[in-house]
Amino acid sequence: MKDYLTFALKRFLQLLAVVFTGISVAFFVSYLSPISPVETIIGRVAGQSAYSPEAIESLRQTLTELFGLNVPLHERYFNFLGRFLVGDLGPSLLAFPTPAMKLVMLALPWTVGLLTMSTILTWLIGNILGGLAGYYQNSRLLKAFGVVAIGIQPIPYYIVAFLMVIIFGFLWPVLPISGGFSMNVRPSWSPEFVVSILRHAILPAASLVIVGLGTWFLGMRALVSNIVTEDYVTYAELAGVKRERIVSSYVIRNAIVPQLTALAMALGGIFSGTIITEQVFSYPGLGTLLVRAVNAGDSAVVLAVSCIAVIAVATAIFLIDLLHPLLDPRIKAE
Amino acid sequence: MFSVFRDLIRYNIEFTIGVVLVGVIVAFSLLSFASPVDPTAIYTTIPDMPPSAEFWFGTNSRGQDLFWQLTFAFRNTLFFGLTVAVLSRIISITVGLTAGYLGGWTDRTLMFFNDIFVAIPIFPILILFYFVLRNNLDMMKLALIMACFGWPFDARLIRSVALGLKHREFTRHAVFAGMSPARIMYEEHLPYVMPIVFSTAMANMIWSIGLEVTLAVLGFTNINVPTVGTALYWANNHSAMVVGVWWWIVIPVVLIVMTFLGLFLLAVSMNEYIDPRSRLRRMGA
Amino acid sequence: MADDILTVEGLKAYYQMNYFGVEREVRAVDDVTMRVMANEIYGIAGESSSGKTSFIKVLAAAIRPPFRIVDGRVTYRFNGKPIDVAHAGEDEIAKIRWKHLSYIMQGSMSVLNPVRRVRSTFEDFAFRPMGLKRDAFWEAVEAHLARLHLEPGVLRAYPHELSGGMRQRVTIALATVCRPEFIIADEPTTALDVVVQKDVLAMIREVQQALGSSVVFVTHDMSVHANVTDRLAIVYAGRIVEEAPTRTIFTAARHPYTRHLVASLPRIGDTSPKPSLEGRPPSLAEPPAGCRFHPRCPIAVERCRREVPVLEERPGGHRVACFRADEALPAEKILNVEEPLS
Repeated sequence: MKDYLTFALKRFLQLLAVVFTGISVAFFVSYLSPISPVETIIGRVAGQSAYSPEAIESLRQTLTELFGLNVPLHERYFNFLGRFLVGDLGPSLLAFPTPAMKLVMLALPWTVGLLTMSTILTWLIGNILGGLAGYYQNSRLLKAFGVVAIGIQPIPYYIVAFLMVIIFGFLWPVLPISGGFSMNVRPSWSPEFVVSILRHAILPAASLVIVGLGTWFLGMRALVSNIVTEDYVTYAELAGVKRERIVSSYVIRNAIVPQLTALAMALGGIFSGTIITEQVFSYPGLGTLLVRAVNAGDSAVVLAVSCIAVIAVATAIFLIDLLHPLLDPRIKAE
Repeated sequence: MFSVFRDLIRYNIEFTIGVVLVGVIVAFSLLSFASPVDPTAIYTTIPDMPPSAEFWFGTNSRGQDLFWQLTFAFRNTLFFGLTVAVLSRIISITVGLTAGYLGGWTDRTLMFFNDIFVAIPIFPILILFYFVLRNNLDMMKLALIMACFGWPFDARLIRSVALGLKHREFTRHAVFAGMSPARIMYEEHLPYVMPIVFSTAMANMIWSIGLEVTLAVLGFTNINVPTVGTALYWANNHSAMVVGVWWWIVIPVVLIVMTFLGLFLLAVSMNEYIDPRSRLRRMGA
Repeated sequence: MADDILTVEGLKAYYQMNYFGVEREVRAVDDVTMRVMANEIYGIAGESSSGKTSFIKVLAAAIRPPFRIVDGRVTYRFNGKPIDVAHAGEDEIAKIRWKHLSYIMQGSMSVLNPVRRVRSTFEDFAFRPMGLKRDAFWEAVEAHLARLHLEPGVLRAYPHELSGGMRQRVTIALATVCRPEFIIADEPTTALDVVVQKDVLAMIREVQQALGSSVVFVTHDMSVHANVTDRLAIVYAGRIVEEAPTRTIFTAARHPYTRHLVASLPRIGDTSPKPSLEGRPPSLAEPPAGCRFHPRCPIAVERCRREVPVLEERPGGHRVACFRADEALPAEKILNVEEPLS
């Protein structure tokens, strides 16, 4: 138990380091921006009606302070870190003056839901099928699946999502292809609303699953076909241990550990895939928000989404890492 | 080296298919040097013509001959992927060999940064760069940025091999002979990790080209440079699928999937060649 | 014979491989006939790659492609019922595994599932064959561990938490917990240091005596054989070249290869340089014609190069496959004496 806490603490410090590095990179990159949010707003306001030059000048000052642009870089950086801790990254331009963080928090659950659901499904199905394919190497069905997996695996997320839209939007319109829920259902915990959410999630989730499945399948198949030659598997077979037992408790159980590491490694990439998939399906998550913010020149929201993305992915990796010693007793010993 | 290549071609069907696919795409992209048209010019020919004897891949709604347009797109895309791969290989070899050979604090520090880079989602960061640089984000800058993020996974792999090499007899001999660590890494250890470097380079190209396509489809790169991603961007922009100009989307998608599949098969078959256990399996049954 | 528990007749088992288009056939076990009686420890000795590991893979019914049985029978007789594991279906063999036929594998370091406790391995391996209720089963397991001087606490450990010697003892306990009639032990002491080796050997002998099982004991280490086995077979290049009660092998061996092995053993007070055999063990893919030992044999004659010697029965349960088994062997010839080191 004490070992485990030390381990968890180490991993937590690493999480903090990742988050710190990530948001610092995000801050400094966005600092380079030639687009001033103040001028963007003033341009927008001034275009709507006539203001006196004095009014515009005082507005400019107010906004400059509001965005914290009136101080040198290092101070801005520390201000940013301080404000980040309390979750305030300034007002958004997309829905001025709604705080950028509020828009991000509204979008976050959609992305987390979609990402968690599709990743867990993909990982489980891919690993189970891959494990079976690695153990029963002569199964024609699993061999055929392997060929299909190799063919589908390199297709970019965007293209699968786009194909889904074409198939289910135009050729066989049975499922909704855009949005997070139907416009005519009021958001509440009513069964209709939940069903609507699930129906809208099917296509985005399905395209994420289809793209991701091949990678896990092929990875697991390769791992398992090595593990079946390990002594402990041969030995269990010699002892007449039941097949199902060997596949589950000996083969797959041992292959799960490296696949869990691989999942932690792959999360960043899966997140990228989610962003583009959301965009294709106009899903109301972080990805769609990010694209809108970039097009609107809304630096506060872009920065907020980037920071939250860093935190979300790093936290997910942290949680997976915490599972590790529970699955592999040898890790604790290190 | 050549005999390895010959053996792989002869007995490893995946490798052969990979070589053919990548070879076809590379040859296709090289045709761009013989192109009669300027890829940036628009409305040079009749728009929206389906594939025919005159226009093999049809023409798009911007009045461009898709065949020649795509030769340029693939040349740029492949060159981009190769640049990222080469640059990030340099970083991962340096970090991996150094961490593996020197060990101790150097190793721990390098792997600490390594793990941080693994955990940072690169896509939002890339979008941030586009947001800041806008059309100044050319292919070279994008390649440089992605190279800075594309090394950590492979560095760890190379490190694990270097760790094993460190305790081998020949390394000890080299140390006793007075070779400097840099020379040991460069002359003695580098040849051992080269197969991994090649196979990860393929995987890295799939990764970087995939990200470029994704960014470009969203319009987050310089859309005036013809690449596979910008080709799809313009096709979407003109609602190619909806108005029935399907070839504008289908042909680049087929070609890019061929590219990915080819690179993937090359990576997989090389991996299999590296891992003696899977080679053994091929021998049996 | 009634008290034969294992009879092997004319066994041929080859590796048939096709690597990058080149066909290869490795004759790892080539025409072996032998038997093991009830309640004896039967030793098999030979150099590495002599085919002894392949042979016991056949005995353990653990063959996988590219390794195949080409010819012959491997018949066990448990409770009077014969079963030929070279031809029986996997279902039939599964019924005798662990209950009657168990196996102590080479490399105890990696035979236990690394991510599960020892307890689960015992349950997976022994619960079904023993056919006891859960409580009675654990009672029996703990009693068995106690008999082998093992704490019941090892059940709660993960394999990596045990030392090498401990792991090997646990493996032996695991292999004997169902009180099998036949135990195959493949280099069970090779990876252990000498002190632990001695304990483990004592343990194997103790279990064998307690259970009255037969043990096939494989190791390249002749001194281990001298300590443990009742009868001993010497394997060279996929064939048994000599088989006799262990004492006979060490005192009155007839085959030049056996005599070389015995002569190379260190003895207390003996400071003479040990002989080394010239040449290498033959490739099993292209074994030499005639007697396979002839290229390295100090007393080979023309006939040895042409004809294959058969394993001939001699008095005292002694079998030898050598045309020149009755030749006196001049000491300097087998010893191949080198200059003593100064």
